[in-house]
Parts: sequence; C-alpha cells; structure tokens
Amino acid sequence: MSGSLLQVENLTVEFRTRNGIVRAVERVDLSVGRGETLAIVGESGSGKSVTSYAVMRILDSAGSIAQGSVMFSGIDVANADEDTMATLRGREISMVFQNPRLALNPIRKIGRQIEDVLIRHVQATHNNAKQKAIELLAKVRIARPEERYDAYPFELSGGMCQRVVIALALACKPRLLIADEPTTGLDVRTQKAVMDLIVELVAEQGMSMILITHDLGLAAAYCERVIVMEKGRVVEAASAASVFKDPQEPYTKRLVRATPRPGVSLRDLLPDPEIPYAAQTPRTESVEGQPLLEVRDLVKSFAPAQSASLLSRFMNKSVAEPARSVDGISFTLAKGETLGLVGESGCGKSTTSAMIMRLLDPTSGSIFFAGRDIGAIPARSFARDADRARLQLVFQDPTDSLNPRFTAARAIADPLYRLGGVTRADEARTAVEEIAKMVGLPHDLLDRFPHQLSGGQKARVGIARAMVLRPDLVVLDEPTAALDVSVQAIVLNLLADLRAELGMSYLFVSHDLQVVRMLCDRALVMRAGRIVEEGSAAAVLEDPQHAYTRELVSAIPHPPL
Amino acid sequence: MSQSSPSVQTGLRITRALGHARYALAANPVTLCAVLLFMFVLGCAIFGPMLAPYDPLQTNGAMALKAPSWQHWFGTDQLGRDVFSRVLVAARLDLTIAFSAVIIAFIIGSTMGAVAGFFGGWSDLAVSRVCDTIMAFPLFVLAMGIVAAAGNSVINIVYATALINIPFYARMARAEVNVRRNAGFVHAARLAGNSEWRLLAVHIFPNTLPPMMVQVSLNLGWAILNAAGLSFIGLGVRPPDAEWGIMVAEGANFIVSGEWWMALFPGAALMLAVFSFNLLGDGLRDLVDPQKRT
Amino acid sequence: MALGVKSRLILSRLAQALPALAGIVVVTFILTRALPGDPAAYFAGPAADARSIAQIREQLGLDRPLPVQFLSYVTDLLQGDLGRSISTGQPVAEALMQRLPASLELTLFALLLSALIAIPLGVAAARRPDSWVDQACRLLVTAGVSLPTFFTGLLLVYVFYFILGWAPPPLGRLDLIYLSPPQVTGFFTIDALLDRDFATFRAALAQLVLPAMTLALFTLAPIARMTRASMIQALGSEFIRTARASGLSERRIVYTYAFRNAMLPVVTTLGMVFSFMLGANVLVEKVFAWPGIGSFAVEALVVSDYAAVQGFVLAMAVLFVLLNLLIDVVYTLADPRVGMEG
Repeated sequence: MSGSLLQVENLTVEFRTRNGIVRAVERVDLSVGRGETLAIVGESGSGKSVTSYAVMRILDSAGSIAQGSVMFSGIDVANADEDTMATLRGREISMVFQNPRLALNPIRKIGRQIEDVLIRHVQATHNNAKQKAIELLAKVRIARPEERYDAYPFELSGGMCQRVVIALALACKPRLLIADEPTTGLDVRTQKAVMDLIVELVAEQGMSMILITHDLGLAAAYCERVIVMEKGRVVEAASAASVFKDPQEPYTKRLVRATPRPGVSLRDLLPDPEIPYAAQTPRTESVEGQPLLEVRDLVKSFAPAQSASLLSRFMNKSVAEPARSVDGISFTLAKGETLGLVGESGCGKSTTSAMIMRLLDPTSGSIFFAGRDIGAIPARSFARDADRARLQLVFQDPTDSLNPRFTAARAIADPLYRLGGVTRADEARTAVEEIAKMVGLPHDLLDRFPHQLSGGQKARVGIARAMVLRPDLVVLDEPTAALDVSVQAIVLNLLADLRAELGMSYLFVSHDLQVVRMLCDRALVMRAGRIVEEGSAAAVLEDPQHAYTRELVSAIPHPPL
Repeated sequence: MSQSSPSVQTGLRITRALGHARYALAANPVTLCAVLLFMFVLGCAIFGPMLAPYDPLQTNGAMALKAPSWQHWFGTDQLGRDVFSRVLVAARLDLTIAFSAVIIAFIIGSTMGAVAGFFGGWSDLAVSRVCDTIMAFPLFVLAMGIVAAAGNSVINIVYATALINIPFYARMARAEVNVRRNAGFVHAARLAGNSEWRLLAVHIFPNTLPPMMVQVSLNLGWAILNAAGLSFIGLGVRPPDAEWGIMVAEGANFIVSGEWWMALFPGAALMLAVFSFNLLGDGLRDLVDPQKRT
Repeated sequence: MALGVKSRLILSRLAQALPALAGIVVVTFILTRALPGDPAAYFAGPAADARSIAQIREQLGLDRPLPVQFLSYVTDLLQGDLGRSISTGQPVAEALMQRLPASLELTLFALLLSALIAIPLGVAAARRPDSWVDQACRLLVTAGVSLPTFFTGLLLVYVFYFILGWAPPPLGRLDLIYLSPPQVTGFFTIDALLDRDFATFRAALAQLVLPAMTLALFTLAPIARMTRASMIQALGSEFIRTARASGLSERRIVYTYAFRNAMLPVVTTLGMVFSFMLGANVLVEKVFAWPGIGSFAVEALVVSDYAAVQGFVLAMAVLFVLLNLLIDVVYTLADPRVGMEG
C-alpha cells in the first residue's frame, strides 16, 4: 500500500430515533490506499452505506459521528468545519449513488447540473463551462453529448442517468470515488457497461475507489480488496482473490455459500449442507402426454398513453402504433416441470406471467391449461372459474403483496374460504397451520400483521398462500428479487422442496440466469416480447446459442474463484 | 372471517390499538390537548342546553348591552339576552350542521371516488366530471348560490356544505384506491378468488380509511366555518336562534362603539371548535403517516 | 421544437377550461330555473304580487320547456346579459363590472401579502424541522385555518380602529374627504400613484391594509403548510444528496435545487387557495363595507334580489376558472416534465 489516502479508525455512527439512539455503525476500521479499489459488502442494514455517508459527512440530521476518526489525506474529516467539507466534497471525494434517476435534479438540464459542480470547484469559468460539460458527457460515453447537454433526467434511460451521475462525480478529477450500489436496479448488461466504465475511468485518472454493494460477486470481480460488514461491524477484510476461495469468518462463509455461482446446486447455497436434497436429479422424465400448459402465439399490445384532451389528440395527428409488449410467443410446460423465463426488465416476462395467471387479458393467442383454452375467459370473471384454484402466483415483492390489515393467518386462509370451499374457522386454521409448517413459518407468527414480520417471513407467508390450495401450476414472479442473498438461498430451497413434496409445476420468472440454472429444468430467454432462445437450463447458461443470450451470460460478474 | 376464536382476536386487536393510541398520545402532548379540547367542545354540544344558566331566547330590556360580570359571564346583547347561555347552546346547532354535512359528504364522496378509482372507465370519467364541475366554483360562493336558490333554511345549509365537501372525499378516495388497485396484495386476493366488488370493499377500501379519517377531522373544522360564514351573511339560521355566526354578525354592529363582548365570545367559541378539529386532524395525520411513525 | 410542444400544451390547457365553463353554465342554470319552488316568484322579489310574477314568468320565458329556457339562457349569457337587479334596476353584469376592480385589488394585495410571509416562513421551517421556527410555523398554520375571517376582521377593527385609532373607520375603499383617482386600472392605489396623488394613495392604502391582512391571515396557512411540506420533501430527496456530495454551496442547494422543485406543487395548490380566498372575500367585504362584488351579493341576499345573487355566483365561477387557467399555464411553462413523459 503506497500510503493510505483514507484512514477510518474506530468509527461509530449513531442515529437518534423515537425509540432512542441506534448505532448503525460500530467501531469500524478501514483504509484505502492511493489508487486502490476497495469493496464494502453487506446485506441490508449492515451499515455499509452509512459508513460512506459518514466519510462524506452527509449523514441526515438525525445521524452523527459518535466517536472515531476519519482522516482523508491529512484532513480530519470528523472534526472539519462545514466550509472545508464543502470544498472537499465533489473536489476531492465524490460519490455515485443508487437509483440514478432520482439522484439528478428533475427540472434542471443535465448539462447545467454538471456546470454547477465545475463552477463551484473553479474547474471552469462561465465561458468554458458548457464546453467542459460536453467533454465530460462524451467521456462517460454518452452519444451526441451536445444534444444531451439540454436533456432533462426524465428523458434519459436509467443507465444513461447513471453515466451522467458518474460525469458529475468525476467532473473535478477527485482522488476518491465512492460508488454506493451504483448498479442496483439496472439490468445485467447495463450493470456491466456502467461498472466497466467506472473502473476504467478510475484507473485512467489514478483514483482510489470504494464500491459499496450487497453483491459479493460484483465486489470481488471489480475490486482489489473486500471488507464484509454485518450489523454495523466489520467482520472480515480480505483480498478479492481470497474471499471466495478461503473465507475466514462464519458470516463470510455463509455469504459466500449463499451467492449463486457457476457449478453449485441449490443445496450448496445453504449454510448446512447435510440436509439431503429431495430432488437432486432433474425431473424431466414425466414429460409425456398432454402438456399442463401450452401457450400459442400469445400477444399483448398496449395502446399508447392517451393524450390529455380531445384537442391535443386532434393536434397530434400521427397515431402511434400500439406497442407490443408480448409479441407472439409459444411454449409448453409439462406436468411436474419447472420452466424458467429469463429476460431483462421490460422484455415482457411479467406481462406474460400476468396473462397466464389470468390477471390480464391477452390481445390475441391462446393459453391452454390442462387442455382448456383459459385465455378466452375474461380476467374479470376468472375469479369464479373452476381452474382459479389450480393456478397460483408467488409475487416479487413480499411486502407489497400482503394486505397490511390482514394477519398472516387471514392472508393464507383467504383462498381457502373463497375457493377451497372451507366455511368453518377451525377447519381453515388446521389447513393454515399445516401449510405454515411446510413453508417453515412458526405458528406464533401466524397472528402477526405484515409489518411485524421480516422480509423472509413475509416471503414465506406469500408462498404459503399460493400453495395452500395445492395448485397444479405456480408462477414464481422474481420471488427472491427483493430479498437478501442469504434469505434468497433459503427461499429457493424451500421452493424446490415444496415442488418435490406437492408435485407442482413452476413457471419461474427471473432476470438471474444463475438462479434459473439451479432451480429450473428448461429455460426460455425473452427479449423485446419474443423468445430468442430455448433449451435446458444448464445449456442456456453454459452454451448459449443466440447472440443476445451470450451477451447476457458474459455480463454476469465473474469473481475470481 | 378470523380464525380460532374471533372474540379473543378482536379483543387483542382492540388492546393493541389502545396501546398504540396511548403510546402515541404520550409521545405527543399537542395531540393529547387536541383530544381533550375536542371532548370539551363535544361536551358543550351535548350538555350545553342543560348547563346554560339562562334561557338563551329570554329578552330583558333592562339588562341590554351589559359588559361581562359575575352575573353574566359573557355580558348581554342588545336585547338583554345572556351571551354565555347563547354561546353554550349554539354549540349543538353548529356541530350538528357540521357533522351531518361531513357524514353525508363522506359517504357519498368516498363511495363515488372508490368506484371511480377501482373500475376506471366511464365511472371514473363521470365522477371526475362531477367533481371538476363542483370545484370549478369557489366553494363558499357555490354554497351561497345553492342556499339562495333552494331556500333559506338550516337543512339547505347542511346540503350545500355537504355538496361542496364531496369532491374532497371523492378525489381522495379515488387516489387512495387507485394507488392500491395494482398492488400485489390486490392481485393476490384476486388469485384467491375474490370478486371485483369484494376486492374493493374488503381488501382495498379499509386500507384507505386512515388517511380519509384525517380528512374528515380537518373537514369538520372547515364545515363549521362554512356554516357559520353562511349565517353571518344572513343565510340559513334565522334570529332569534342562537348560532355562532349569526351572533358574531349581530355583535359586529356594536363593535365600532366598543361593545366587544357580543362578537368576541361566539367568535372565540367558533375558533376554539375549529382549532380543536384541526389540531386533532394534524395529530391523526402524524399517527397515520408511516414516515413519521418510526 | 420544445417551444412548439409547450405552446401546443398551453392551447390544450385553454381547451380544458371549456368543459369547466360548460359545467358552470349548467349548474347556474339549474340553480336559477330547475330547483323546486317557483323561480318566477324568486326573480320577482318578495314584494311582488301575483300579476307581476306572471309578467316576470312570461318575460323570462319560464313557462316554456326547460331545453328552450336553457338555450335562451346561454344566448343571454353569450351577449353578456345576466338579467336585471330588482332592487336597483341596473343590469347585473354592469353592476358587477363596476365593482370587480375593488374586489380584485383587495384579493391580489392580500395574496401578495400572504405569499411574502408564508413562503419564507415555510422555507425556514422546512430547513430546520422541529426548531422553534418550525413550531411557530405549525402553530400559525393551524391557528390560521381555524380563524373565521369575519371574526378576525372584527377583531382587527376593534384593536386597530376602536382601541388604538391607527386605522381609518372600516367603511369602504376611500375616506369621503378624498376623491377617487381617475380610473385607469380601477385599483385605487395604483391609479393614485399613476396620478402622482400621494395623499390619496396613502388614504387608499390605509383603507386596504386591514381587510387585506384579514384575508392574508386566512390564506397564509395553506401556502405556508404546502411550502413547508414540499420543501421538506425536496430537501430530503436524493438529488439533494447528490448536490451535497458534489460540494455545491448551501445557497445553491436550497434555492436553485430544492426551492424550485418545491415551488411546483405549491403552484398547483394555489387553485385551492384562490377558491378559499374568493369565498372569504365575501365575508371580509361585508365586515369592512368594501364596495366589491362580494358585498354586492350580500346586499342582494338581504333584499332577496335573486338575479343579482345568481349573476354573482356565475361571475365568481368564471373568474375562478380564469385564475386556474393562469395557474395551469404557469405550471406548464415551469415544469419541463409536463406532457413530455410516456
């Protein structure tokens, strides 16, 4: 290490809340050398972002540095006055944030926002600021930078906005860049492009970088050293090369295990590998006779957003083509099979699942479920259909999918009363307790409301509700996307166990190829409303045929293993 | 609906709610004051006529325009009537007008809005048009026009006040239902076999109640102000009935000659009532607002 | 190109005011003709006998079917005919036009006054939540909306006229010893300034202060509350964090970044504020004997001058629609996102 640029010692950060003082970060030590790249990895609530805010001294007003020191290049950040800090921020240390769209002022042209920073730190005068801003836009590879100078954030895609935020952060050639979950919420290909750009620019300018992320794979792939945090404390510091191969602390071991990566099975994700895997072998033998689900030429088009008034419709004479979000797809799903539907956001995979679940009416095409065309039955009246109970869904966001005024038991029992022909409360309770046991939900949690449950527990309630009627087909719509990786490992295994126990078919909708490989028999790759590749789940990941799939696979971060 | 023993569950829920309310009130003394003030105003409305020391309509020429004294706490008016008794008795009339108007507006408005927000389409268009048309008028002026056209009576004040409050509830219910229409839990309930109407009534509508109750509390204050304003300009309540607005109007003629008590006390009572509703609404908002909860 | 989009948007905003105007015409028609009771008797006034009522009925076409009546009602309106006042015999439209400047002067002055106080107050409160400024703001806001305007007006009169003697008697726009300035805008203060008649200006301003304060106190609350709320939201948003992390100066962060974003929702709530104001205007004009259209309506109510009251309702509604239109146009120009998304 050629002399450290940032030295954090014994840092403790406290927040004042209604329930007293909460320590978000406790006795954290870390250092970043000149030109070094460091990753801080942790699950939600680990204090990784708070640590970086403390370094920048941009904690919100309830938070404060309770003890410890933060030294940046000889400046005592913890005790510096606000003027010193304001000169430091953006000039010496700068930051790239999660959710780039919200990180930019919505009503100011992006070029002006870059100029503001340049002028503030005397990197440009009013005369040449515009030219410098355009140069910066070009540097972060924004096409046609002169035009984009006048764009507002809402006119740009998420990836583009993140490039603008990077331009803002690098405008004054700072010595340290802190990237706080810079690619969360972006598609895997955009993630790769953004990360490659950051790393390249950081190397080019000889800067140091701190990457804050929940993704151990991403951290190890892009940084030299990794720090693992849990509950506000640093549990392990290691080189990126050794953290996967030889994790020292139990928490790191668990985290490494739970991270989906090539060559491991679902069971390997769990901390305790002794549990026998109920269905280790692929279960494709039952593909005989009539498929459980057959989708033919399914199309969904959405009318373009209607103009506000008759007059403006009249004046915008050009009538836009209705956009086809699902553009004629066909596939089958055998009984007992698990089919993965993979694609980036906006590819039409969620629309497809909503149509199969009969929550949305297709524009054309048919959906045969056990030989019957259920696509023809309007979504509004499907609630009373005999097949309603046989088709269920597990939702992406466990919080959003639970009625805040219903207890867990009432949420799980709702389908029993409406579709299961259950009328007596004790009968329902028995069934609820049975399924709760299967999904590993302790009985004493059943009378709690959603806000009294953790993310993993809410996910279990959602799964129990979908499974309580013993459906034939369950669509899993990104069921683990909102969960921490250790919880994801448990939920994925639970889903595999339930499938083996209850003999259901799954349609697993996901953006994560690695997870699809582990859970599914076959996979479909979707792009812009069409299926571009189909094959066994392992083959799609290991030997992709279509150029798009190859691009997707190569964009997955490759940590040194 | 609920499992095992419904009574135990309901009991639990009530205890929990009370516990939460007590915690919230202890943490926020202003809201506690608001609750106490609200109880006080309500008490005046209920027990006022029993507590009034004088007959509010009894005139007494010898005692006209007397300043406040031990005998007449709030003084007497130009006809020698006891202002304290009149202020006390008026609480019932003012609150009755406001409560009835707000209840009517809440029922009609929230139903309209919920249906519009959930089903969309022509029902949404119709409800929005109705609301837009009402809101195209300055609301107090519309109420004036309605009472002038429909006839000058207390019941018409109630109807007019209800009508101008409907758009608030309709728009709010529409927005609150609309944001939940595509929530995961609604789709989940649909998958569980709930019919569309059941989705709206059992799953969505109860979730919109907390913010709606805040609106009710804030609107009560506004409704009283409206009703009092209407009677101040001579609509609705007729003399010699005791009502705060009309009492202020009568006192207004004497204020330039220094007889301040006739206008001050009914005005202050009116202010206190409205203040307590608004304070209560703010307190409820703090309770309901999830951002402020933790 | 951007300008083309904006001007098209503004045109469509203008078009959107048409249904509102249509709604107003329908509602006022219902109010005048279609309610239970005999409109002819209403129009004739309380002193009329059976013969004059019948005469009025024929004259106004009230014996014809409703659709025909509606048509003639609309035709009359298009010609600016709001009927005749039974108490003065003057055309209602003419009386309203004469009195409108007085009301507008009062309302706009009050709005200016309350915005000048409420916006800085809201910003100060938002910058330091839970500080004493914030508590004071909260108290003022809650007290402000709880004040019945007619009561505050009377209190101000009692204190500043009767006790302190600082204010002139609450009797209209100008003391009798002064002559009205030559009419240019119809606003006495501005006209007096244009005429370089500073004595009249001071007298007109002195008359204006108390009623304007009364109205301003009432509208202070919604503006301050909204400013505070949207400023808190803006200051807590992620782009402010970016601005802070870029080291921008506090001034730039608060005013260029947060304040401009926060003002957009405030502009949209101005419509509600106008609604309250025009209503409160009626009460304030009565208290201060202000010769505007509000006191015109109150006087008409007292003598059951039906045509005058309904003409007033219509005029206020049209005025309100125009004000809302103005707000919409301002908003469309101020927010680049309007009409561009999707």
